[in-house]
Amino acid sequence: MSDLTRNTLYFAFVALLIIGTGFVQSWNSALFVLNFGLISAIMALGVNLQWGFAGLFNVGIMGFVALGGLATVLVSMPPVGEAWAAGGIRVILSLVLGAATIVGAILAYGALPKGRMRAIGMIAILVVGFFVYRAVFDGGVQAVEAVNPANAGYLGGLNLPILIAWPVGGLLAAGAAWVIGKTALGLRSDYLAIATLGIAEIIIAVMKNEDWLARGVKNVVGLPRPAPYEIDLQNDPSFVERAAGLGLDPVTASTLWVKLIYAGLFSVVLIALFILAQRALHSPWGRMMRAIRDNEVAAEAMGKDVTARHLQVFVLGSAICGIAGAMMTTLDGQLTPGSYQPLRFTFLVWVMVIVGGSGSNLGSVLGGFLIWWLWVMVEPIGLGLMQLITSGMAEGYWLRDHLLDSAAHMRLLTMGFVLILVLRFSPRGLIPER
Amino acid sequence: MDLLNAFVALSNFVLIPAIAYGSQLALGALGVTLIYGILRFSNFAHGDTMAFGTMATILITWGFQAIGISAGPLPTALLALPFGIAICAGLLLLTDRTVYKFYRQQKAKPVIFVIVSLGVMFIMNGLVRFIIGPNDQRFADGERFIISVRTFKEMTGLQEGLAIKTTQGITVVTAVIVVAALFYFLNRTRTGKSMRAYSDNEDLALLSGINPERVVMVTWLIVAALATIAGVLYGLDKSFKPFVYFQLLLPIFAAAIVGGLGSPIGAIAGGFTIAFSEVMITYAWKKVANYALPEAIAPDGLAQLLSTDYKFAVSFVILLIVLLFKPTGLFAGKSV
Repeated sequence: MSDLTRNTLYFAFVALLIIGTGFVQSWNSALFVLNFGLISAIMALGVNLQWGFAGLFNVGIMGFVALGGLATVLVSMPPVGEAWAAGGIRVILSLVLGAATIVGAILAYGALPKGRMRAIGMIAILVVGFFVYRAVFDGGVQAVEAVNPANAGYLGGLNLPILIAWPVGGLLAAGAAWVIGKTALGLRSDYLAIATLGIAEIIIAVMKNEDWLARGVKNVVGLPRPAPYEIDLQNDPSFVERAAGLGLDPVTASTLWVKLIYAGLFSVVLIALFILAQRALHSPWGRMMRAIRDNEVAAEAMGKDVTARHLQVFVLGSAICGIAGAMMTTLDGQLTPGSYQPLRFTFLVWVMVIVGGSGSNLGSVLGGFLIWWLWVMVEPIGLGLMQLITSGMAEGYWLRDHLLDSAAHMRLLTMGFVLILVLRFSPRGLIPER
Repeated sequence: MDLLNAFVALSNFVLIPAIAYGSQLALGALGVTLIYGILRFSNFAHGDTMAFGTMATILITWGFQAIGISAGPLPTALLALPFGIAICAGLLLLTDRTVYKFYRQQKAKPVIFVIVSLGVMFIMNGLVRFIIGPNDQRFADGERFIISVRTFKEMTGLQEGLAIKTTQGITVVTAVIVVAALFYFLNRTRTGKSMRAYSDNEDLALLSGINPERVVMVTWLIVAALATIAGVLYGLDKSFKPFVYFQLLLPIFAAAIVGGLGSPIGAIAGGFTIAFSEVMITYAWKKVANYALPEAIAPDGLAQLLSTDYKFAVSFVILLIVLLFKPTGLFAGKSV
């Protein structure tokens, strides 16, 4: 069997799974799986760029995804004028001061001679800068958060179309990745893993607690949409007529149509990124990356700047995760920092890349769809399984209740087993790198 | 100005909690650093190993409570601890046999081990949630305080009170015993010496006839003990919640790296460094400052550098500083 037929079969199988979901459950859930599958595939592409091309181990995907989500709020929500008047300028000023402090400390580090003076000078700049920053920042934040806290209490965004937020999300994630990469790359591989794990937790903590930024755990709801609203479609006579022509009632037809529009938008992004990633893989640059991955010492001896190339690919991969994060928040229509879970956003993407085949872009896309489908379906399947196991037990027996309650946690177990089994028996994944 | 009251307040809110937390982190970091030294990878499943061991201990504790066994003023969990360690050790040896051994024989790259440990983490996390659920569990019983605020005030007549929780006392005592036993084992016994030899130079150790599988097995046993003890102490002191244990991974790794991965003394130093910085930076100093400073310059606000929600940011920043300026850690671990 040639590669082409095999890959076609794989993708046909995934299509069958999604279509099957449509027949067995409903077309709405099938499109739900499809849309999130598209987003997952993009995330997997980004991680594959880092891991598959360059062998970099990033466990902070959740953070980059969340930054993408933050971008949607910052770009698309209308600005809250009162908040800006109350303390917006002050908050921005304090952030500038904070950044200036860090830049000042870095400049001092470069300018002062090595020794005790340099350490004291840097610490002095940082400490003074921190207190100045807090003095300006705290008042501003209080003023902003006091403005209509029930439905505003934050600065709002730029009121631009939400599609602009997608590249902006990529840029935010790239910025965070640059900072992390600058510190942790060039050391041993585990350090990058731990540093990314940390930055992800911190990004989420900032998004949960800085209410002036994006309302924290109070969530920002009602983000603008690139697709029409269902209710408008249902009130549009020509749409209702076309739906009736297809034999659908207007409510179902409108929800399906909106989801299809999203699917179209996401597909465009996925295909564009896939083509770019594929071109990169087969370019001299891609060959160089793989040479570095396979033997860093030899690549360095050939004059390649390993750390700089690692930084480059790390930033690129994280940017893709940021784009995917912005797309996901767009699809949700709301930013809920409390919903970012590392197991769901970081480790699941890893399972996708490993199962699909690390180093192969097509594999990552396949893994994205397949594992996402599995993730969604394990819960009902697990519940069914538990009902089967417990069917012989008496009603109200403690073990029966416990097993039924615990079915929700089947997901983690299944994903763990999938990851370990694939790594053990098929370490190159479903579609191996060529 | 009232320095005595200031010191009491400082001890009550900063020193004692930080010492207890630091001991817990140090025990966790010791486990991470041992695995790193012997098996040569960063074990991402460590937080969930702690959760698993703690869960086993909690279940046994509940069993003991149900049949009326208790340790008097001490928490029953201490009696259940050996059983919890045994169950946890069983699971770790099983994962080593079924999972890690294969890659060891293949001489796989460390990063592969790390990914495999991610998979193990998933499974352990799933097991814990499956068995005990994702919610908070409290299992501390027995006497709550060694000294309560009121007795302390009556004893000393000071304005500020000082409370030492039983769990904090137990944490410190247990940690000291465990660390002393560990260092005795590593430095004095034959097995411990062979472990250190294996960690320093694998080939040389193999040449001198050390059985690698035995070294690995002993390592897992010690790690199971350390992880379970750390987890149970943390759970007694605060409460048991699987997700919190997963999040402990960051301060634990930070502690191990700050001290120098692979160095046991470093792990302890790192644990206390992280714990003290975390507590001191997120503590509101208003009370202490009001006692210690003359009225004119006492602060109006809380005098808190960072809100407690950012406690992980503290370990992270320390981690970054160490990576930037001294990547081998304080006690020159074996990496870069």
